[in-house]
Amino acid sequence: MSAGPAAQPIGSGHEGSVREQLSAYLSRVRGGEMGALPAIGGFIVLSALFTALSPFFLTRLNIANLLTQSATLMMLSIALVFVILISEIDLSAGVTGGVGMAIFILLTNFAKVPWIPALLAALVFGLLVGAFIGFFVAKVGVPSFVVTLGLFLGFQGLQLVLLGSGGVFRVETPELIAIMNNNLPVWGGWVMLAVMIVISIATGFYDRYRRTASGVPNRPILLMWGKVAALAVGFGILVALLNQNRSVSVLPIQGVPIVVPIALVILWIGTQILDRTRFGLHLYAVGGSPEAARRAGINVAGIRIAAFMICSALGIVSGVLSASRVGAVEASSGRAIVLSAVAAAVVGGVSLFGGRGRLVHAAVGALVISVIDNGLGLLRLPAGISLLVTGGVLVLAATVDAVSRHRSGGNLTRT
Amino acid sequence: MVRLGRLKNGSVDVEVPIIELTDIRKSFGPVEVLKGVNLKIYPGKVSALVGDNGAGKSTLIKGLAGVQPYDSGEVLIDGTHTDLTSPKVATANGIEVVYQDLSLCENLDIVQNMFLGREELRHGTIDGGRMEREASATLQSLSVKTVKSVRQKVSSLSGGQRQTVAIARSALKKARVVILDEPTAALGVAQTAQVLDLVRRLADQGVGVLIISHNLVDVFQVCDYVNVLYLGTMVASVPVAETSNSDVIGYITGAKTYQGVSQ
Repeated sequence: MSAGPAAQPIGSGHEGSVREQLSAYLSRVRGGEMGALPAIGGFIVLSALFTALSPFFLTRLNIANLLTQSATLMMLSIALVFVILISEIDLSAGVTGGVGMAIFILLTNFAKVPWIPALLAALVFGLLVGAFIGFFVAKVGVPSFVVTLGLFLGFQGLQLVLLGSGGVFRVETPELIAIMNNNLPVWGGWVMLAVMIVISIATGFYDRYRRTASGVPNRPILLMWGKVAALAVGFGILVALLNQNRSVSVLPIQGVPIVVPIALVILWIGTQILDRTRFGLHLYAVGGSPEAARRAGINVAGIRIAAFMICSALGIVSGVLSASRVGAVEASSGRAIVLSAVAAAVVGGVSLFGGRGRLVHAAVGALVISVIDNGLGLLRLPAGISLLVTGGVLVLAATVDAVSRHRSGGNLTRT
Repeated sequence: MVRLGRLKNGSVDVEVPIIELTDIRKSFGPVEVLKGVNLKIYPGKVSALVGDNGAGKSTLIKGLAGVQPYDSGEVLIDGTHTDLTSPKVATANGIEVVYQDLSLCENLDIVQNMFLGREELRHGTIDGGRMEREASATLQSLSVKTVKSVRQKVSSLSGGQRQTVAIARSALKKARVVILDEPTAALGVAQTAQVLDLVRRLADQGVGVLIISHNLVDVFQVCDYVNVLYLGTMVASVPVAETSNSDVIGYITGAKTYQGVSQ
């Protein structure tokens, strides 16, 4: 690296032409900052493979199925990102959602409480659980693995106590059932797409305006339009596909499943919090080095507790999606899914070492895991194969994480 | 920032010290670690604090940082009595400590690290552009040339660059006194030179710098004063120009004593 003349200003990575920006991006990728790229690659390869092997894979019905199948997992893995970012873990996030739904079902079905207050009660329960875990981890110093493993076991017991063994309770709230089983009207899908494009353009210009106002350079505007175009084309195709009739019977089924905009809104809000707020930055700082964060005056315990509270609350949302899809709540709800959710986050490129990863990575990872499940299911392979493949993919992803971390952190000799 | 005329190494000045410690004492149980220590830190000057392991350097520094308040003794900041009871008080008085292990977050970039804990906000969200401009200006004012982009992740920086970022962070905070704990301990020759240059420029901006070091070559290269702790007592506080390497080694090991401790 040349020292250059003394007057040369220090760059910010925003300078240069489109070509230079792209090559800088490529060199960052080669340096180990791969983000979700391996997962996106895996998703494309797996999709191509299953399309070749099964005539049903790339049908409109299956694509809609895949979205609703993966939604529960996606939400839980998004929840877990908040705690994985600070190199903690929450094994109880799934069963927290299960207990939350048990509370919901008891309130709506038996106490005849309207569904909105019942849902709020479940969310408050989630926040309390998160605060409880956070207190033990951040204030008492018990490892999160142990606290949440304890809750994982304990909440399975609580589910049995609340619902009775073998108890299966039908969800009698049509609004809740609708999330996973009903679709937006055709025009609703297009409105959703339009809103996404408008927000994407608006935030793009807003960011550029702010940088200009601060007197720092912007990236070429072409890059922004490129991103908007990619979003418009990608989701445009998806909406167009989902807006066609995908029914195999006489009753038409068409439109974007209602869960899609809900998940997108949560993903967007969460991403804004992580990228733009002081809390989000401090979450990454605590994940990178708790000691450095503490010395910088950050309330590390507060950040940890907040992360667990967000995780548990989103765990409840995941529970809602699960109950909506199944149409019922049972004593074993949320038990099996949590490890898949951790796997999804790691497969998507969220580092288990903390401090690196984004919510969208977890979403992509959840899609990969769901595609494996869905595709192998279509091939009528035994369920065991699916678990074996998922496990293999997880180990592969964790290896990529460890190697890339080594690569980006290891070259201390660079001057 | 107030600019004070740079004084040549060794020239005795008549300036008021930013910090003046008098008869500082600190004990841990029956062990008396600091036995009546005096120390002055001058604006625009680099002072060294040397001493063997166990001499009490860390205890002295932790007191200045407010992490471990002294038992007794007087701390004058700009001639005013101040009790450094907590890190907050120390920071409020413009005292910044750059610790040996740097206290940077590797996963964040240079701007985020320099502003960590006191980010600039606009409409409730982080004002990245403004922070970027200020971080860049601070690095430039210290003539830092080795950093290509202020948005580089710290994990991609060399040891010298990391030390640079840590020191620049204290400059960005408009610190009046910067205490550096072994700033060159883990660095190669070229990087050590870079960091020492940076320390000099920091002092030239009017900051009072205190360097803790085991490396006397560094001390004689960059410092204006050298203060030697020996078993909890300040055995020498002299301008670098008036002493020699072998004298200082003598004070550190207790083989020599300095008669007429200056000031």
